[in-house]
Amino acid sequence: MLDLKLRLYLILVLLVCAPLPLASCKREQRQFEPPPPNPNPVITMSQLRPGAQAPEALIKNPAEDSAYAVSEGKRLYTSYNCSGCHFNGGGGIGPALMDEKWIYGSEPANVYATIVEGRPNGMPSFRHKISDNQVWEIAAYVRSLSGQLPKDVSPGRNDDMNVHKSEQASEEKKPQASGLPKSAEQP
Amino acid sequence: MDRDRTTRALQLRGFLVLATIMLNGCGGLQSAINPAGPQANHISKLWWLMFYVSAAVFVLVMIFLFLAIAAGRRHAALADNAPELMPSSESERKKHNLVVSATVLTTVILFIFLLESFLVGRGLTAELAHKQGVVIEVTGHQWWWEVRYLNVDAGSIFTTANEIHIPVGVPVTFSLKASDVVHSFWVPNLTGKKDLIPGKLSTIWLQADRAGLYRGQCAEYCGYQHAHMALWVFAEPPEQFNSWLQTQIQSAVQPANDLQKHGQQVFLSSACVMCHAINGTPAGSNIGPNLTHLGSRNTIAAATMENTRDHLRQWVTDSQQIKPGNRMPPNNLSPDDLRALLDYLQSLK
Repeated sequence: MLDLKLRLYLILVLLVCAPLPLASCKREQRQFEPPPPNPNPVITMSQLRPGAQAPEALIKNPAEDSAYAVSEGKRLYTSYNCSGCHFNGGGGIGPALMDEKWIYGSEPANVYATIVEGRPNGMPSFRHKISDNQVWEIAAYVRSLSGQLPKDVSPGRNDDMNVHKSEQASEEKKPQASGLPKSAEQP
Repeated sequence: MDRDRTTRALQLRGFLVLATIMLNGCGGLQSAINPAGPQANHISKLWWLMFYVSAAVFVLVMIFLFLAIAAGRRHAALADNAPELMPSSESERKKHNLVVSATVLTTVILFIFLLESFLVGRGLTAELAHKQGVVIEVTGHQWWWEVRYLNVDAGSIFTTANEIHIPVGVPVTFSLKASDVVHSFWVPNLTGKKDLIPGKLSTIWLQADRAGLYRGQCAEYCGYQHAHMALWVFAEPPEQFNSWLQTQIQSAVQPANDLQKHGQQVFLSSACVMCHAINGTPAGSNIGPNLTHLGSRNTIAAATMENTRDHLRQWVTDSQQIKPGNRMPPNNLSPDDLRALLDYLQSLK
């Protein structure tokens, strides 16, 4: 039999620890009522500006914290036929989205601006065609293609090419450089 | 005394109300024991067989239970509570026979059920191969039904949503598909359930012998708004069905006045066009329900609401209030644009 003091102490510890797992609920939290759209979103078309370079104010994408929002972005990516030009991230008619080369910047705000404003040589503008929070969801998914989102948020099981390792992947084996020319490696 | 009578009257009234509600279930628009076609007939016969046999078994069990209690009490009153250590072989034999016959009876009843449900199952699907009347393709989406009337003549294939019209007395074949998760097509007054499985084509046929309105429901849990995924089947006399078919094949009506024209422009230049199609206009996306003849439908949002102007307005501006989690985003339109859009949508008869 535990003495009373120890028992009280244990109960106290349990009470303090009980709400801790609640923190993990945030990842799957579904927000069906998006916040009212910002009437004057700050969209920069280019980072070129006269005078000294002002530090960019980074805009945080609200969708990047929620696994549900990113998977919605993935659904919309095919629904709205982004895959028509960018394919499953590998690119084709449009540039690839799963590599680290970003013509117009890789910050969430840059991706948002690309979708809303369009870009020269083919990217159409989706202003007023896609609702604001859906654009953020698509932007989050697009960034997840090149592995820029935390692993617990980005979709884990894709049917197509995946730039980051899938959930079930084992440790990758890289070829070891032996320092010898290729021809000398043969026995 | 008087209070007693009032409570008893209240109890009686409560019972009557409850009974009426339950009886409503029997004659309802969505009820397996109010069959309106051959398949549902098979199923309801099986249901009634099981009901009567189970009721009889229940009554028998209760009778034997009370007999046993009564016998036990009589025994306790006679003897001086001493347990019967050496029962006579006569009473032992009687009890043994009773248990054996009850076991045999139970087994026979279960085999009758087995045979009958096997025959009903065969009856539901056996004639499928010969039955080709109207062919309708139903695709389950989260959370609505896409309905396509297939026809040998490609020009008369059309798409609608959530409301299925069928001719009375004609076998109708349903090709069932799913676009995202497993759904299940169930119109209890007409036939049993059939699952819609992504990547697989399932087929079911049914026939309505009585004209009428029958409610169907998704019968496989499919996500957040599973409960709001219903459909209506309109069984109509063939002439009425054919005239409906002829109007549905047509492209959408052209806007009749300036307000409707403006409404069409709003539709084509806003987010609507990304998901919905209106035949005869550049809008041709098939992610959401086809709106070519929206005005001719009785309900919207998978039979969630009646198709009225006010409901349509609520749905277009903020459908997440009505059916949280559904795929339609809120639309922030100016009052003028919204009025024109609603005018246009309602004109699509």
